Amino acid sequence: MINQVYRLVSARQFEISYKDKSIISEEVVIRPTHLSICAADQRYYTGTRGEEAMKAKLPMSLIHEGVGEVVFDPTGKLDIGTKVVMVPNAPTETDPFIGENYLRSSKFRSSGYDGFMQDYVFLPHDRIIKLPKDMTMEVAAFTELVTIAVHCLTRFEKKAHLRRETFGVWGDGNLGYIVCLLLKKLYPDSKVYIFGKTGYKLNQFSFVDEAIKIDNIPEDLTIDHAIECAGGKGSQYAVEQIIDHINPEGMVCLLGVSEYPIEVNTRMVLEKGLTLLGSSRSGADDFQRTVNIYKEQPEVVNYLSTLIGEVYDVKKLSDVTNAFESDLSNSWGKTIMRWMI
Amino acid sequence: MIYAGILAGGKGTRMGNVPMPKQFLLLNEKPILIHTVEKFILNNRFEKIIIGTPKEWINYTNDILQKYNVDLPKVVVVEGGSNRNETIMNIIEFIEDSHDLTEDDVLVTHDAVRPFLTHRIIQDNIEQGQVHSAVDTVIPAIDTIVESEDNEFISHIPRRDFMYQGQTPQTFNMNKLKELYSQLSEEEKEILTDACKIFSIKGEAVKLVQGEIFNIKVTTPYDLKVANAIIKGSLDK
Repeated sequence: MINQVYRLVSARQFEISYKDKSIISEEVVIRPTHLSICAADQRYYTGTRGEEAMKAKLPMSLIHEGVGEVVFDPTGKLDIGTKVVMVPNAPTETDPFIGENYLRSSKFRSSGYDGFMQDYVFLPHDRIIKLPKDMTMEVAAFTELVTIAVHCLTRFEKKAHLRRETFGVWGDGNLGYIVCLLLKKLYPDSKVYIFGKTGYKLNQFSFVDEAIKIDNIPEDLTIDHAIECAGGKGSQYAVEQIIDHINPEGMVCLLGVSEYPIEVNTRMVLEKGLTLLGSSRSGADDFQRTVNIYKEQPEVVNYLSTLIGEVYDVKKLSDVTNAFESDLSNSWGKTIMRWMI
Repeated sequence: MIYAGILAGGKGTRMGNVPMPKQFLLLNEKPILIHTVEKFILNNRFEKIIIGTPKEWINYTNDILQKYNVDLPKVVVVEGGSNRNETIMNIIEFIEDSHDLTEDDVLVTHDAVRPFLTHRIIQDNIEQGQVHSAVDTVIPAIDTIVESEDNEFISHIPRRDFMYQGQTPQTFNMNKLKELYSQLSEEEKEILTDACKIFSIKGEAVKLVQGEIFNIKVTTPYDLKVANAIIKGSLDK
């Protein structure tokens, strides 16, 4: 079969490639139905990823957040029409100690390896997680972003001390929202504070114990553990405030991606005996745990649905460009492409 | 119900001096027909995918379906007719014999030698085929169309923005097509090689579906070279 792969060839320019794939293989054939745009895709789309990376990685199909339906499974294990979320991490080996998303040999879709912008996506069984039948697909589309938070919290659970009375989350964007929501659901007895700088964004966090502006943090406020979701230069200011307000031996989970190195007050990290825990991406287990949370706590899906921003019907490549351009001017919520191309 | 009819009735005379109809020639080491059939297998709306092929090539067709492991229960090979419309009628006859034909049954017909079609084109054909009795897949004409009735001088140049190039799939309500086809005289049948034209001259509305410029028909050695180049030169690192 000749599969159409929609690739970014240079900043703001998509073209179609045609790849010969056999439908009879070890892999399941999935028709993507809903794709969600991530900031990392935007860095390629706008060319801000840097000239060298663009040269090395393009042409490449973007998007690593997406869901679809099984259209063909040569093994017959999955029913046709099964709704699934696609795992973008593609490990090439297993390691008893190192997570699949940290193995240097793993490939990651839409980062040097074709993403989900294709007519059909071919995936091995272990890269597919079944979704509940009644799942809202616009929400499921950005499951990968939720798995980032789940992955971080799973690692936190294994490594942090057990006093978990107060959590502080820095960054009032989509990821900060998801982290706060999960913390409230996983630790209902703990207090969760969101720290951000934009009033209208902080207003979205209706379920947290307190929403605090970063220029207005009470001096005596303390937290047991912190999660940084700011990213960019904001990461530095967030880490600075975290170190000021965190209790000794707390865990500082770092999630915000910053293009440039940032400064860290290591003197106070030492003095307080803090642990900095970096997390990136996620693995298939995190996807399964996320889908389990959707099933067990449907109100999580409800809250997540407030993150659905613009939804675009994509029937041709120019619709993709429109979706990416409009996403650039949206400061809140996820842009979803209903994949009808 | 919705059926797919793959028109593989050609004998490949335009392909030059090759011993095999064009639908069986290899595109990236796989017969063109197999590429096309695979794309239809991935759309689960189809009850059956029926391939119409010359009688003498039926065994061969079954053999290659088996060789490429796509001899699935929903894929059937039937004998094609003496021309395009006759092949379509044979496919409809097979459906009538094996399943009962109902008022709403739709047939999505497609040239076996157009392997580059997309999910969206098939999907649009199915959706529009359930609303309209005939659907044609087209792209806007790129070149100016010049009409000459005597092969020497221009008789007419139609407005280009009204012109389209016909591709496939073409989708039909099977009962309607049967009814219209049975009204044609033998002479009309000879001239009306395009089934959409039958609907059109009988005053039936034919809905347009947007095709793709790359949904090319591989009918000449040149096309085959282009098609192979499209796949092999596909911007890969």
